[in-house]
Amino acid sequence: MDRNLFKYIWRNSWRDQLAILAIVAISQVFYFISLDLPKQIVNNAIQGAAFKGNPTAPFLRLTLGPYDWLGLPKVTLFDGFQLDRVDYLIALCCSFLFFVVLNGWLKQRVQTEKGRLGERMLRRLRYELFDRILRFPFSHFRKVKQAEIATMIKDEVEPLGGFIGDAFIQPAFLGGTALTALYFLFTQSIFLGGVTVAILAIQVVVIPRLRVKILLLGRERQITARQLAGRIAEVVDGAQEVHVHDTSNYERADIVNRLGHIFKIRFDLYQRKFFVKYLNNMLAQTTPFLFYLIGGYLALMGRFDIGSLVAAIGAYKDLPSPIKELIDWDQQRQDVQIKYDQVTEQFSPTGMMDRTRQDVGAEVSLPVAPIDLQHVGYIDESGARLLDDVTLTLASDRSVVAMGHGKEALGFTLARFVDPTTGSMRIGSYDVKELPEAALGRYLSYVGDEAYLFPQSIRENITYGLKHRPGTVSSSNEESNRRREWEIAEAMRAGNPVLDITADWIDYQAAGVTDTAGLSAAITDLLAVAEFDGDVYHFGLRGFIDPTERPELAQQFLLARQAIAERLRQPVYRALVEPFDPERYNKNLTLVENMLFGTPTSGTGFDYARLVESPFLTQLLDRQGLTNDLLRMGQQIAETMVELFADLPPGHPFFDQFSFIAADELPAYQQLVQRLDKGGLGEATLLDRRKLIGLTFPYIEARHRLNLIDTAMEERLLKARRAVFDTLPPELRTRIDFYDPERYNAAASVQDNLLFGRLVFGQAQAHTKIGKLISEVIDNLGLRAYVMQVGLDYHIGSGGKKLSTQQRQKVALLRALIKHPQVLVLNNAFALFDHATQHRLLDRLLAYRKGKATVLMTDTASLAWSCEDAVVFKDGRVLEAGAVAELDQPGSLLRDLAGPSRQQRAEQEIGDTTPVPATA
Amino acid sequence: MSIHDDVEALRRIPLFTKVEPSKLKLMAFASERASYQPGEILFNQGDLADAAYIILDGTADVMVNTPSGPLKVAEMGRDAFVGEIGILCDIPRTATIIAREPLTTLKITKELFFRMITDFPSIAIEVMRVLAQRLEHTTEQLRDAVADHD
Repeated sequence: MDRNLFKYIWRNSWRDQLAILAIVAISQVFYFISLDLPKQIVNNAIQGAAFKGNPTAPFLRLTLGPYDWLGLPKVTLFDGFQLDRVDYLIALCCSFLFFVVLNGWLKQRVQTEKGRLGERMLRRLRYELFDRILRFPFSHFRKVKQAEIATMIKDEVEPLGGFIGDAFIQPAFLGGTALTALYFLFTQSIFLGGVTVAILAIQVVVIPRLRVKILLLGRERQITARQLAGRIAEVVDGAQEVHVHDTSNYERADIVNRLGHIFKIRFDLYQRKFFVKYLNNMLAQTTPFLFYLIGGYLALMGRFDIGSLVAAIGAYKDLPSPIKELIDWDQQRQDVQIKYDQVTEQFSPTGMMDRTRQDVGAEVSLPVAPIDLQHVGYIDESGARLLDDVTLTLASDRSVVAMGHGKEALGFTLARFVDPTTGSMRIGSYDVKELPEAALGRYLSYVGDEAYLFPQSIRENITYGLKHRPGTVSSSNEESNRRREWEIAEAMRAGNPVLDITADWIDYQAAGVTDTAGLSAAITDLLAVAEFDGDVYHFGLRGFIDPTERPELAQQFLLARQAIAERLRQPVYRALVEPFDPERYNKNLTLVENMLFGTPTSGTGFDYARLVESPFLTQLLDRQGLTNDLLRMGQQIAETMVELFADLPPGHPFFDQFSFIAADELPAYQQLVQRLDKGGLGEATLLDRRKLIGLTFPYIEARHRLNLIDTAMEERLLKARRAVFDTLPPELRTRIDFYDPERYNAAASVQDNLLFGRLVFGQAQAHTKIGKLISEVIDNLGLRAYVMQVGLDYHIGSGGKKLSTQQRQKVALLRALIKHPQVLVLNNAFALFDHATQHRLLDRLLAYRKGKATVLMTDTASLAWSCEDAVVFKDGRVLEAGAVAELDQPGSLLRDLAGPSRQQRAEQEIGDTTPVPATA
Repeated sequence: MSIHDDVEALRRIPLFTKVEPSKLKLMAFASERASYQPGEILFNQGDLADAAYIILDGTADVMVNTPSGPLKVAEMGRDAFVGEIGILCDIPRTATIIAREPLTTLKITKELFFRMITDFPSIAIEVMRVLAQRLEHTTEQLRDAVADHD
């Protein structure tokens, strides 16, 4: 990126800039004509100079020449229309109007083009900055704050975009306008032109200087005001001291002094500000004074015509504003250049990756070969030597454990987060340093100690490892093609690459499958490797399916529902599940689910908020005499929520987990509660009533335990349920999914559909026992894989917050595995798990990856016994390297660190002496 | 059985006696009831501690594994606070709790407990005071035991 903003702008937009400048130049001609026409109107039409005593005069006569120096005579191209005086006046006025309109239109064109140019440049700048983030050296990520660079791209470059459109055109346009006006003045009278230039010079030179002082004063005013606030706070904090030591008058004196100082600054500021204004106005007004006086005098003397005088005054009127805007432009320029400098500095760290490394077309398929490190050293920014003369060969088909200080740096080097300071790393004949990311990214996978997950579904996070380049675009019609063409053209104009986000980016081949279905199956198979299948199954039970999209699966789940219902009849389960029964109130469902005996259909935009507003419900509640009861219930809930949550800071997790009211709405409810407390429910407005009734909707008696719904109330709500069913208008019928024993409910979770009931709150064993029951039925019907498919769509929340740290790590592992990398680097990737889990996970993983390279960096040294090779570091140097079986000698560092192997322990315990290979 | 009963139960626990009623109500609201049939297990010795329980109704046996099999060491009844050591010290359960009669408890998860402590220092101070008193009590017992031994 150019250091100079203007160079950057010109280099990237000179074509557009020239095009607009051309329009600007043309507009000046029309502007000149529109200045000249008033003179013609006054002189030729009103005063009749054009008629020279004739009844008519030619209008629009076009002549060329005479060009005496070429010896050409005057040629009349068009004789013009002969018009009488009134028609002539009208014609001239209409032309005046025409040019004014034309000029306005050109101005508008310039503005639009300028805006487009600015936006294109903003897009280019933003893209370039983001592109740079993608090419930052990894060490730089530790230095920058992510929020800072994000706001830089988002907010700080925005004024740049606004300015870029103006960078060349504004001075050209304004300067052009001013010069045209000046030129016109000079053509009318050199004297008047000279006066104008003199007065403008004062404006241009003096006023900015005066302004500088005003800016300084403004800054001082800010500082003193801040200090005043600080002092007041000090006095408040030290109130005891002030009283004890009787220093109140001293403090008074201090504040009085400060206030006096502030007054002086502010008054100074006003004086200067108004003086500048006055000066500006005076200069602007003095010029016409001179025009009237001198121009009028000249006109009286007959040396100047009145038309010219009127036109000169008109031209002058246009002058001050472009001059003022030019001064503003210059200030903006300085401001923007500073911003641009700051941004480019932040985004130009040393050691940026070369663009070619990430080239989308790069295609290098690496040979399956050992990774060969020769004398690799790495020194980090703080000067610490993390790798010291490491010479090592990592087999392409064996598992390696790396232990000791230096292993992490080895991991970073292998994944190329850092480039070795000395030495070389090669795969076959390729120098790893030179490889494009396309080659290494497919050959090698890496999982660190706390991997980042994107706020998407589990499935999308896992397939993220396959999204290297755009594949085929799924569907295309004429409209989408046209749109795409426009997108490509516009992207190219802004210097953006033409990569299509709507294309299918997944590299199925890398995952060893051919299509989406195959990929889903591959992921499901893979889950067990990371012991994540159970979790995904449970997410699946909590998930949703659309029975219209997957009718067969819905049918299968309905069969499971029957099987489960049969088993639920056994007495052990009776207290654990409360089935959905059309004839009974369900204490474990929300009030509104009970009343509707269903849930609003998702995706129709119809939700509880809309339901409260619907006239149908209002009338129904009135008819059933429930309105007042629900209002009172809502009032009680509001009171309880205000009481419970008023003390909690906004953003506290309890709001999400437990509150009926969002943190930002709580104050409004606080006021409502107070109002109702004083004046009763009569005080409630229509909006309040909706709010209160809305609060009762999610209320579950068994869970929230506020004693709001007794048996009598249950009966009345059941009556309302029947009324809903009987009187629901057809347009709402499609927007609510009812609990129908014979149908799959799309708005309810898979588990709700399977159980056709809810687990009873407070039954400690319900979860385990019923979970087991469902699991058995699902397995009997062979539905587990389908439930897991639903579970893969579970959205993991921002940063994966809806998963535990262990679950997140497992997803990261799966993401690394799905592309079947030849080399998998696990840099402390298991540290989050307890030792038993680490052993289990590693054994599963190595069994799965047999014949490929897995490099494990770990502090859990006993894991070494599961690996084939081992590397032991100390202070960045390799002290031991080789096959685990060979290193397993008395006195070896490996045995020191890792303790007895499983086999040795087994021998000790059973006393069996049969030798078993160490790596079995 | 409503949230008010739960608040009353919480108030009877020494640890929470001095905590403001509105905080106790929040704690009760954020907690779940958990009921057990006779013979069902609240938790096993050696399990990771994820929650503490306040017994609202019924009795439970406290069992400890010994080389000669499980040994009943105590019985817990209404208003007992069970399992708080496990969540405070982050150690595995030191005993197994089994429901003897139909048992109703208020389950206070570790997360909730720590949230309450971080958000409301008054609770933290109360917890410290009670624990210190217990320690003092234990030390005294130990002193007596040593004196008896001599």
